Amino acid sequence: MLPRLGPPLTVLVLAGPVLAGLAGTLLPAFGYLPALGGHDLSLQPFRDLANEPGIAKSISLSLFTGLASTALALVVVAIFTAAWAGTPSFRRIRHLISPLLSVPHAAAAFGLAFLIAPSGLIARMVSPELTGWTVPPDVRVVNDPYGLSLVAGLAVKEIPFLLLMTLAALPQSRLDETRRLCAALGYGRIAGFMLAAWPGIYRQIRLAVFAVLAFATSVVDVAMILGPTTPAPLSVRIVGWMGDPDLAMHFKASAGAVLQLAVTAAAILLWIALERLGGRLRERLADAGARMPRDRMLASAARAAMIAAALIVMAGLAALAIWSVAGLWQFPHALPRAFTLETWSRVGPRLASPLATTLAVGAIATVLAVALVLLCLRQEDETRRRAGPAAMTLVYLPLIVPQAAFLFGLQLIFLLAGIGASVTALVLAHLVFVLPYVFLSLSDPWRAFDRRYEAVAAGLGRSPREILLKIRLPMQLRAILTAAAVGFAVSIGLYLPTLLIGAGRLPTITTEAVALASGGNRRVIGVYAFVQMLLPAIGFAVAIAVPALIFRRFRAMRA
Amino acid sequence: MDKPGLDLDRLRISLAGSTLLEVTHRVAPGEVLTIMGPSGSGKSSLLALLGGFLDPAFDFGGRAICGGVDLLALPAHERHAGILFQDALLFPHMTVAGNLLFAMPASVTPRSEREAKARAALADVDLVGFGDRDPDTLSGGQKARVALARVLLSRPRMLLLDEPFSKLDAALRQQMRELVFSRARQNGLPVVLVTHDEADAAAAGGAIVRIGGA
Repeated sequence: MLPRLGPPLTVLVLAGPVLAGLAGTLLPAFGYLPALGGHDLSLQPFRDLANEPGIAKSISLSLFTGLASTALALVVVAIFTAAWAGTPSFRRIRHLISPLLSVPHAAAAFGLAFLIAPSGLIARMVSPELTGWTVPPDVRVVNDPYGLSLVAGLAVKEIPFLLLMTLAALPQSRLDETRRLCAALGYGRIAGFMLAAWPGIYRQIRLAVFAVLAFATSVVDVAMILGPTTPAPLSVRIVGWMGDPDLAMHFKASAGAVLQLAVTAAAILLWIALERLGGRLRERLADAGARMPRDRMLASAARAAMIAAALIVMAGLAALAIWSVAGLWQFPHALPRAFTLETWSRVGPRLASPLATTLAVGAIATVLAVALVLLCLRQEDETRRRAGPAAMTLVYLPLIVPQAAFLFGLQLIFLLAGIGASVTALVLAHLVFVLPYVFLSLSDPWRAFDRRYEAVAAGLGRSPREILLKIRLPMQLRAILTAAAVGFAVSIGLYLPTLLIGAGRLPTITTEAVALASGGNRRVIGVYAFVQMLLPAIGFAVAIAVPALIFRRFRAMRA
Repeated sequence: MDKPGLDLDRLRISLAGSTLLEVTHRVAPGEVLTIMGPSGSGKSSLLALLGGFLDPAFDFGGRAICGGVDLLALPAHERHAGILFQDALLFPHMTVAGNLLFAMPASVTPRSEREAKARAALADVDLVGFGDRDPDTLSGGQKARVALARVLLSRPRMLLLDEPFSKLDAALRQQMRELVFSRARQNGLPVVLVTHDEADAAAAGGAIVRIGGA
């Protein structure tokens, strides 16, 4: 009976805030917000927006960085899968890449910044021996005006996510048979895969790619840390207007959010055009029988790119850790002269409050999300009908609509409802983003359960409730806890929702860390970013350890 | 009047308007009704219908009365239609004894009595001392015997067998057939056996219903 509530409640959580938020953003964008003196619809906010200096540059930056990082990540993942799927190398690199998924975007971005900056870890390691530098060169690497470091920072996080999505789609592609067939026809491994298997796989991961693209064109925290500053990408500027003490800026910010929606939509349309081109290219190549038998170099390059992505993130995290305990560390020394815990002890007390908020909101949002997803999946069980493509689009909806576009409106609605800047509002806002990832993480393992176990238990006379509590949930404990860990990690890393809905009054580790970005105090940033990275890792450690401990004597449970 | 045994009265399964199978037969206690047919003929659906987990895509009609109880009117967990599948499906997160205790009706108390009964059940299938074992460490034949002990402990009204011997190697198969059918006779349980193996049907020694064409 209760599972029947699952799907409607989930639809409400997924679509409600997005649609309501869009409406709440749309009206002020056209000048209507009585609370701030806007009583008539007008195009003035858009005119103000058009008059902003460098607005065209900001738009093109958002478009470029979004498209470039997504394309880069997709190409690397596609070629790598084409060349190496099914080999031991693939498995090894997959295990290398998977933990990166739990690293929050901001921590990864900070790590990259600490790595590639002129005075960063890489420069220190090769100076002065290879470069002759005794002072950091005066080159803008981080926050470079073309957005290249932003592209890099986005790509290293998008690669693990797209790899995971590709892996999920791989079993249905009948990889072995396709590969053998193509090899028999004389095609190189990469060419055979890209021409024969990839189209089917891409169709499966298409929504995930759109989600990546939407995120990349509208991300705020990574853009603040790595992106250009004058002008900044559109998303960063919008947040600036939103936080401006001059409340009249709210209208311009709302117009900006509508513009952001248009920019993301334009990026997706451009991407679809690229898909068409790519499809036509594929047809040409396939019809021409382009075999590309000698593809070892490309294969090695793809594998090197994957390993590089993993190493970059890990080295970046190491740099964060070192800075957090660094005493005196002059350029060009590769390591600090002295280590100290002074930064940790100084910053520690300041961490307590944001940490408590982060953990509380994360835990509650995750528990709610897991409960809703379980209800939906149980409803699927009972009706024997799986959620269709329309449902999947709904699941991806909060991930494809740019956050700014509906969070402004949502903030307004929460304020009007009287729960503005409260923990309740923050939990609800986080739930909107946590729910899709928990669903994506739990649905496959749940549906893969051998339901004959339930038939056996029913035949033994056990009630449905007993079967759920004593058979199904224990057997699927690891999948459930892993999905919870994913949801928890998502909540930890959320920046814009916390900033906007919390109205600055409910800081989390993430918002505090990003606020420090402009300050440039690497030791303090190191502490915050390290803590931000640690929290999801602890979640995953619990997800692995708890079932392993409970079922330690049962071999089949450890598989 | 409560007639013992399983009474199948024009029990019918259909899909999209066409009837897949229809069975009318009375299975006496300890007797085996064998349903034979090629793969995909719907014979497993008959067991699913009796057990209470038939896919909603199918329609069904007719009646199945067991010991005076109208099975089709009950939810699956009240039918007490013990089922043995091809795979033993021992619950992997419980010990062998745990599996047996799970099957025992809650009315059996106290705990010492339950454990004694579980030990006796294991002895009855020649698995003395296996109570504390991890089910995954058992051989195929041992798992099948535990599955049988488990289903008998639940005091079923009848037994549904879905090709339960096909995954065992030939030597074990005959032993298991004799074990299962003798226990069914001892406990007075009507049995419905679904199989495509003629040797199973011969060992069952009961009526055979063939479905799905040749």
